[in-house]
Amino acid sequence: MIPAPSLEIAVLLWGLLLLLMESCAGKTDRRGVAYAGIGGLIVALVASFFLAQSPAAAPTGFWSFYTADPLAIFFKRFALVTTILVLVMAIDYAPAIRMGVPGANPHAGLGEFFTLPIFTCAGLMWMASAIDFVMIFVSLELVTMSFYVLVSFTRRNPATLEAGVKYLILSALSTGFLVFGITWIFGVTGETSLLRLSSTLATQPIDRIPLLFGVALVLVALGFKIAAVPFHIWVPDVYQGSPTPVTAFLSVGSKAAGFVVLLRVLVPFLALPQVGHLLVGMAALTLIYGNFAALPQSNLKRLLAYSSIAHAGYLLIGVVAVAGAAVAYYLVAYLLMTLLCFAVLIVVGNTGGDQIEDYAGLAKRSPFLAFAMLIGMISLAGVPFTAGFLGKFFIFDAAIRQHQMLLVVIGIVTVGCGFYYYLKVVRAMYWLEPASDAAPITVSPLSRVTMTLLVAAIFVLGVYPQPILDALRPSETALRSTR
Amino acid sequence: MLLFIVIAPLLTALLILIGAPARLTALLGSAATLIASFAAFFVYDTARGGFQFVSSFPISATWRLQFLLGADGLTLIMLLLAALVLLCAVWFTPPVEKSERLFYACLLFIAGGAIGAFASLDLFFFYAFHELALIPTFLLIGIWGSGNRSAAAWKITIYLGLGSFVLLLGLIMLYRSVPPELRSFDLRALQLVAASGGILPAAQNQIFFLLLIGFGVLISLFPFHSWAPEAYASAPAPAAMLHAGVLKKFGLYGLLRVALPLLPEGAQHWRTLLIVLLLGNIIYVGLVTIAQKRLDWMLGYSSVMHMGYIFLGIASANVIGLNGAAVLMFAHGISIALLFALAGEIRRRAGTLVFADLGGLGKLMPFAGFAFGVAAFASIGLPGFANFAAEVMVFFGAFRVGADWQGFHLFQVATVLALWGVVISAVYMLRAYRAIFMGAPNERLHSPFPDLSRTLRLPIVLLIAATMIVGFLPNTVLRLLQPTFSAPVAANR
Repeated sequence: MIPAPSLEIAVLLWGLLLLLMESCAGKTDRRGVAYAGIGGLIVALVASFFLAQSPAAAPTGFWSFYTADPLAIFFKRFALVTTILVLVMAIDYAPAIRMGVPGANPHAGLGEFFTLPIFTCAGLMWMASAIDFVMIFVSLELVTMSFYVLVSFTRRNPATLEAGVKYLILSALSTGFLVFGITWIFGVTGETSLLRLSSTLATQPIDRIPLLFGVALVLVALGFKIAAVPFHIWVPDVYQGSPTPVTAFLSVGSKAAGFVVLLRVLVPFLALPQVGHLLVGMAALTLIYGNFAALPQSNLKRLLAYSSIAHAGYLLIGVVAVAGAAVAYYLVAYLLMTLLCFAVLIVVGNTGGDQIEDYAGLAKRSPFLAFAMLIGMISLAGVPFTAGFLGKFFIFDAAIRQHQMLLVVIGIVTVGCGFYYYLKVVRAMYWLEPASDAAPITVSPLSRVTMTLLVAAIFVLGVYPQPILDALRPSETALRSTR
Repeated sequence: MLLFIVIAPLLTALLILIGAPARLTALLGSAATLIASFAAFFVYDTARGGFQFVSSFPISATWRLQFLLGADGLTLIMLLLAALVLLCAVWFTPPVEKSERLFYACLLFIAGGAIGAFASLDLFFFYAFHELALIPTFLLIGIWGSGNRSAAAWKITIYLGLGSFVLLLGLIMLYRSVPPELRSFDLRALQLVAASGGILPAAQNQIFFLLLIGFGVLISLFPFHSWAPEAYASAPAPAAMLHAGVLKKFGLYGLLRVALPLLPEGAQHWRTLLIVLLLGNIIYVGLVTIAQKRLDWMLGYSSVMHMGYIFLGIASANVIGLNGAAVLMFAHGISIALLFALAGEIRRRAGTLVFADLGGLGKLMPFAGFAFGVAAFASIGLPGFANFAAEVMVFFGAFRVGADWQGFHLFQVATVLALWGVVISAVYMLRAYRAIFMGAPNERLHSPFPDLSRTLRLPIVLLIAATMIVGFLPNTVLRLLQPTFSAPVAANR
């Protein structure tokens, strides 16, 4: 068995090694770096199945701020899969990077663009294991730092620069909120470890008002990460301006990490009813805003940004209902369908733009891409036999179990909106005629294999969710038992 | 055998998408489905009753979810209807100009979804299979539709998508309303729980309401019906045949199969509301139908109106009424498919379905005129056709409920009003027949008007034969229905 932290360390070292080798590579093709990165991460993914779980005895020392419970291991794999897929997309995106980065060397910037996601991945993996506020903060910063660079990577493009500045300022602000919130909680309880916080809250009389203030500040920071309303203002512009693989990474990796932390942080505090009300309000606003604002969008990347907000709303329903398994399943479904859409978006974007009208007649130009996009869109909309439907099914079930009828009603109305704006893309691809000068699109073999795998995974998990549920069952009980 | 019936259309659709010759494969696949359905129809052991041909594949132990197929008499009748209409719809498909493969695949997916839903004994798959038809319908109307196809496609997709999520909510609540150790999506297990009073009346009222609205949207129950005429008017004829003839029966099937037997108290509680709404279907929509000036819209509205009779049979909740509702589902499926098929052929020749632009087609297309007349008579419910046998049972059943309660009651009022509905449907059907087929040929019709080709006459004869056999010998299907409806109703009384 492999001790859990060594996996993150290995990923980090692999990233450093690749960065070093890349800097002496001269003018060779940098795609080798990406292939090496993908290979290394696949090895790490395989190794994650041989991880030792954290000792069952009362956690002390290192294990009091780091855990390797099934939830943590599950999200380590989640981070690895996401990063692998993002690197595959990054290879397709290479031409746009070359245009967006100044430099005489035709490969300028490519090496960094391929290695930085590996560091983000290491940060995401740490975050999955963090059960202490200090640890959470440090790993969150590792993730955010590498995103600062990635978001504004194609710096010749003014939209990207705008996205980079917005992300930098707002993210720094939310980090400030997080630290401030943590200090309040620490000040009231004298603890930063989530485990000890639970017992302290249960046994000792604590002044509620300052504690709630601290929790609210932490919620602000996490709300920023998961793109929940009203902390979503950055999302559309940053998603639209960033290089597309980074957008995909932000919308899946960053959001998933935010939800893992949210699940873990909230466990001690859900005993306070006010926190529950706060979350219900946040979920309702996020659902309504995300879905309704997505209706008029005409740029696919921006549409996916609003859809990402909308899905944060469904996930928040799961958080309110304390359904760890439902949230985790939804995140997996979200990973598959969102990354599938972004993968198609990159290939099509190379030949035209990201407007929905650029997808007119895609079924004629490339039936394969149109079919992949169709599956991604109907899964996002929640049509049965796809993973996206089962995700919504589990979430609604959890909400009904907890009698959150308001959220269920809002959820169902907004699903109707979802049908409209996701099928708008399907309409463009299948109903409309392609522009007269539109050429057929070729798809590289690696992307074709990846997209096929994603489509297959969407259908398999949509009919047979048991593997995910099994992987999470112990963690569900673990989450419950820490309460 | 049941597994084959469910898989055959879907497999055929996949083969066509991969590259098999579209029309031939579709015809063969749907013919195979029809033959298998016939075989199941005759193999089914009436003496034993209950669900037969059961096969199950476990999916999730946590949720006690399994892919569970099984059929009783009601299922078999619906399967037969679906397979028959599918074959005719494929047969009636005119040459498709663009993306022929996708067209046939979409048709087969709609039918496959309906067949899978009818054959599923597991509520999850029952629901999921029905949704399989949602996107193909969107594409069929959007790509190959006519008229205001864009609006129609959006309307039907969003309406049905929302309706089915309401339905999903009801089904989840149903799942949750059962004590934890008995929870399951298995319809048979749930029926046992319901028979022993495992679902509390308060919960039944809530759940039945959700199911009524959810299924109601899918069936085009009165205030939620506005998607139907528009969609059927815009859809290509084969899609309208399948959707109006088969897929819409899913909601009724769900009420008969899930809502009534599992939630008898809930059904009792919402009965008055249902009566009011179904009178909306019969009287209000019936009058709207008379006012239509185009055949496609008129047929769309008439299919909405006829749902009212089936609802009346369901609302009566006694053996004769339920049997009538089930037979009427079959009968209406056949007659509306026939009418849409003929309307599609007329549209192909004349380029329009506006009554004012048509006329005298009886001289140009005598066979089509004859077939339309037969279909119109069947739809009105003249004796000799399945619709008559079914409507009589529905009326007797509904009137009977009032008699049980003594005195002149809501049910008797409803029955009397619904009987006038038959007159309404006679008015609009005969007016349509006169406008299209009687008189001198309209001078605006220049193009040559060949009658239906010989190959197209076969499916028409098939459909007419089906409705007449059931009309003259209703026992062929009632024999199968008897065990389905006597058991749960006896448990309720």
